[in-house]
Amino acid sequence: MPGKTLRKSLIYHSCVAVFTVLMLYPVIWLLMSSFKPSNLIFVTADSLVPEPWIWDNYTIGWQGIGGYTFGTFIQNTFVIVALATVGAVLSSAFIAFGFARMQFFGRNFWFAIMMGTLMLPYEVVMVPQYILFSKLGWVNTILPIVVPAWFGQAFFIFLIMQFIRTIPAELDEAAIIDGCGRFRLFTRIILPLTAPALATATIFSFYWRWEDLLGPLLYLNRPKQYTVSLALKMFLDNETISNWGAMFAMSVASLVPVLVLFFLAQKYIVEGISTSGLKA
Amino acid sequence: MKARQLRNHLAGYAFISPFVIGFLAFTLIPICASLVLSFTDYDLFSPPRWVGLDNFRKLFFQDNKYWKSVRVTLTYVLFAVPLRLVFALLVAMVLNVQVRGVGVYRTLIYLPSIIGGSVAVAIMWRNLFGDQGIINLGLIFLGFDPVRWFGNPTAALWMLILLAVWQFGSSMLIFLAGLKNIPVTYYEAASVDGAGPLRRFFRITLPLLSPVILFNLIMQTISAFITFIPAYIITKGEGGPLDGTLLYSLYLFRQGFVYYHMGEASAMAWILLVVVALLTALLFATSRFWVYYESKGGA
Repeated sequence: MPGKTLRKSLIYHSCVAVFTVLMLYPVIWLLMSSFKPSNLIFVTADSLVPEPWIWDNYTIGWQGIGGYTFGTFIQNTFVIVALATVGAVLSSAFIAFGFARMQFFGRNFWFAIMMGTLMLPYEVVMVPQYILFSKLGWVNTILPIVVPAWFGQAFFIFLIMQFIRTIPAELDEAAIIDGCGRFRLFTRIILPLTAPALATATIFSFYWRWEDLLGPLLYLNRPKQYTVSLALKMFLDNETISNWGAMFAMSVASLVPVLVLFFLAQKYIVEGISTSGLKA
Repeated sequence: MKARQLRNHLAGYAFISPFVIGFLAFTLIPICASLVLSFTDYDLFSPPRWVGLDNFRKLFFQDNKYWKSVRVTLTYVLFAVPLRLVFALLVAMVLNVQVRGVGVYRTLIYLPSIIGGSVAVAIMWRNLFGDQGIINLGLIFLGFDPVRWFGNPTAALWMLILLAVWQFGSSMLIFLAGLKNIPVTYYEAASVDGAGPLRRFFRITLPLLSPVILFNLIMQTISAFITFIPAYIITKGEGGPLDGTLLYSLYLFRQGFVYYHMGEASAMAWILLVVVALLTALLFATSRFWVYYESKGGA
């Protein structure tokens, strides 16, 4: 019997492992190609091993566009990501507390509206929002991308709400009896207890903001302000035969923060998706 | 007593006030403005001019590109969403075992979903499908003719569909969580009664998973309808060849921010809103025929 289970497990592992490698092959190919000389990338597309192995693509790509290096673009992206993420997570937690713990007139109405915005395509508000922000003189600033985040994001509100509901309500009552106000109840008791949900929301916000193209594409027009996504898009527009290597190298560089965070925080990600998707 | 109740209501509104303000300022008012704009001719520079239903008439009866983009989007949604869900469910079932190391597979297979929306991956995809790209090398290796992915509208659209299918990871995770909630005893009892694997799948797994399938179906359909980055990057913002990848949101973007037809873009946005709302309602309405909710008794 043990022999049979071993064989079954071997077959299982080899099949799943092959499938996993196939799934990741494009990414591995991109990574390895970024170390190949540009003129060899497609000539040797069937081989993963760069021959010769060079770093030039990274030094050339890093020089960026319009006189600004990728260092600037990465810095720009981090500023937007940080401001938008802090705003979205904090405001969403605040709002989630209201929905989860307060009894007030019209709560179900506003909750339904909130869930509705979860399904609202951004494209629907894209044009009027652009008009609004251009009238406010916010074009070519990061305000149109960052400010709306501070008014809560439906997905995070829902995620954090689900988490707050698992905290016993007796805790609130005890705190209120002890003379703790609602705001302090939120900041001192509920907020620390929801840390795992806040972490999940932070991670997802990081991803969405880091990869966002539409916002920067609409609102940031000067090379000085480009985010990584927008800079890559400009790279592609200038694509000539000679700089594939540099474009690949900067594509890889743009994925590094995402991948690092993914491997550090995968527990939160997997749990976040499973719970927010399900325990509705 | 009255005063305390009033204070409770006020406290509730104080907490949700950021949402209410944000909703009014960045969603409700813009949507209403968009409806008004859809009846005007507006290029962002000169004041809007009222034209009644002209934008809708133009889109419906004079604009071949519009119908083309509708057809392209429907084809995309019709193939990308079911394929992605089928893949997600199959892989989730394969990974729903108590085996050492399965967590590693789960993580790695999910990875494309995390990076899939980025410009970098779109650039990568574009090059995988190039004339001398790795996909064509694979096709030649397997004895097929290489495909000119950028020369043929159908092939180009399939390139986008495959990119969507490749990112089945988040649906897979949701399915996995759903599968874990199905008690093992159900399967054991069915096996004892002589039910084979296929029967167990159709009689136990599918019905018990149907609420999760509905959730995935709705969320994935909406996100497929508004796919933008892949189409924008892979075809360099044109939606070519021959408008074969002119997805709805790409055409909407071009109407608004390439041609500055804000009126027509607003009309397109409103049509999208109505279609997505109707479709979601339709999915919910049909759900009572195929979604099975276990009674909340037991537990």
